[in-house]
Amino acid sequence: MLLREVDYARPKSLEEAVQLLSVRDNARPLAGGQSLINVMKVRVASPDLVVDLAGIPELREIRVTGGALEIGAMVTYAELIDSEEARAARPILAEAVQTIADVQVRNRGTVGGNVCSNDPTNHLPPLAVALGATMTIRSSEGERTVTADEFFEGVFLTAAAPGEVLTRLSVPSRQLGEGDAFASLTVGKDGTGIVNVAASVRLNGQIEQARVAIGCVGATPVRATRLEQALAGANGDEGEVRAAAKGLGDALDPPSDVHASADYRRHLAEVLAVRATLQAIERATA
Amino acid sequence: MSRHGIELEVNGERYGREVEARRLLVHFIRDDLDLTGTHVGCDTGNCGACTVLLDGKAVKSCMLLAVQANGARITTVEGLAQDGEQTPLQRAFSEHHALQCGYCTPGMLLSATYLLDRNPSPSEEEIRRAIQGNICRCTGYVNIVKAIAAAAEGAR
Repeated sequence: MLLREVDYARPKSLEEAVQLLSVRDNARPLAGGQSLINVMKVRVASPDLVVDLAGIPELREIRVTGGALEIGAMVTYAELIDSEEARAARPILAEAVQTIADVQVRNRGTVGGNVCSNDPTNHLPPLAVALGATMTIRSSEGERTVTADEFFEGVFLTAAAPGEVLTRLSVPSRQLGEGDAFASLTVGKDGTGIVNVAASVRLNGQIEQARVAIGCVGATPVRATRLEQALAGANGDEGEVRAAAKGLGDALDPPSDVHASADYRRHLAEVLAVRATLQAIERATA
Repeated sequence: MSRHGIELEVNGERYGREVEARRLLVHFIRDDLDLTGTHVGCDTGNCGACTVLLDGKAVKSCMLLAVQANGARITTVEGLAQDGEQTPLQRAFSEHHALQCGYCTPGMLLSATYLLDRNPSPSEEEIRRAIQGNICRCTGYVNIVKAIAAAAEGAR
């Protein structure tokens, strides 16, 4: 399909990228292009300039520093899956992105693109929230860091505003007694999520902290705060988790579409929250 | 609208061309280079008929601007056979009747080539996962999986 006319730039540094993005109106960063190019085809996005971030080496780095795994925004899913450092520091990330779409998409699609597009069905937004990730954003004024809870603002909207670039995601390295899980129901194997739930649990005899975030049920990932509070101090046996999750769906206002009704999504949210939480507890114990 | 001079290697041959920024890689390959073995199926990134190897990695060329491939090394289906000699994978596709209408075949061959480059002895599950991004609308998957397994087996 013929795209609308567009300009293209491939800066070699972040300074240059931010400069280009802030000077031109209607400019968009181009990461892996696995969403942006498609939405440009159907004119849902019609940028006047795409700024390709592929030529900026620092955006492609994976590092473990000071108890955190830092993932450059342009790291592809395939690179994350192949990274021994990343798998050792926080194994759930590779496990979850391994189920994104297919081989070809995982070879191009990026971690930064996944969170910045903030499609409600994307894998990484709820996972970033459950893991307590932080996002570093660069603008012409400098660098700032926001928590994942603050980063996701609406459908296709994040704290990375026009003229800004997400540079990296920082995820705390997994500690002893911590376990994570990601449970989803998808349209076909590894297809679009109908409901996604990410859970992260810290045990110390009892559950010290649980973070559970639900995707596909709202504009941004929804924290299951009542479930989280009910689990704090619990032993984490199956009955407790099921009781704590009971009625979780009632507080949600998910969309209805061709794949699932709102009621079915409420039901799934509860079922998958239980499933993810139990698996996270099991992994925290192991 | 910007135009860009790009240089890239396709199937071992160097090409220099000027392209509009909006030109998709698949159209560049088919219409500018006249390599029409790479197919356009869905044009939405779902079907994988446009799969090529970009610096050795399987990608869908309808979800990439040609200018993004500047400096890259690309392999299309035309680049698999060497001196008229088909690869073992291509022969296995023929022997196992792994194509019906043939529309998905170029993409299937490149995804399977990419799999066998990385994993010479894949399990059936691994083969199925490797062609997850390639749709065969004749639904001839069983023979495609058999052919890939046979090519791997033959290489051992």
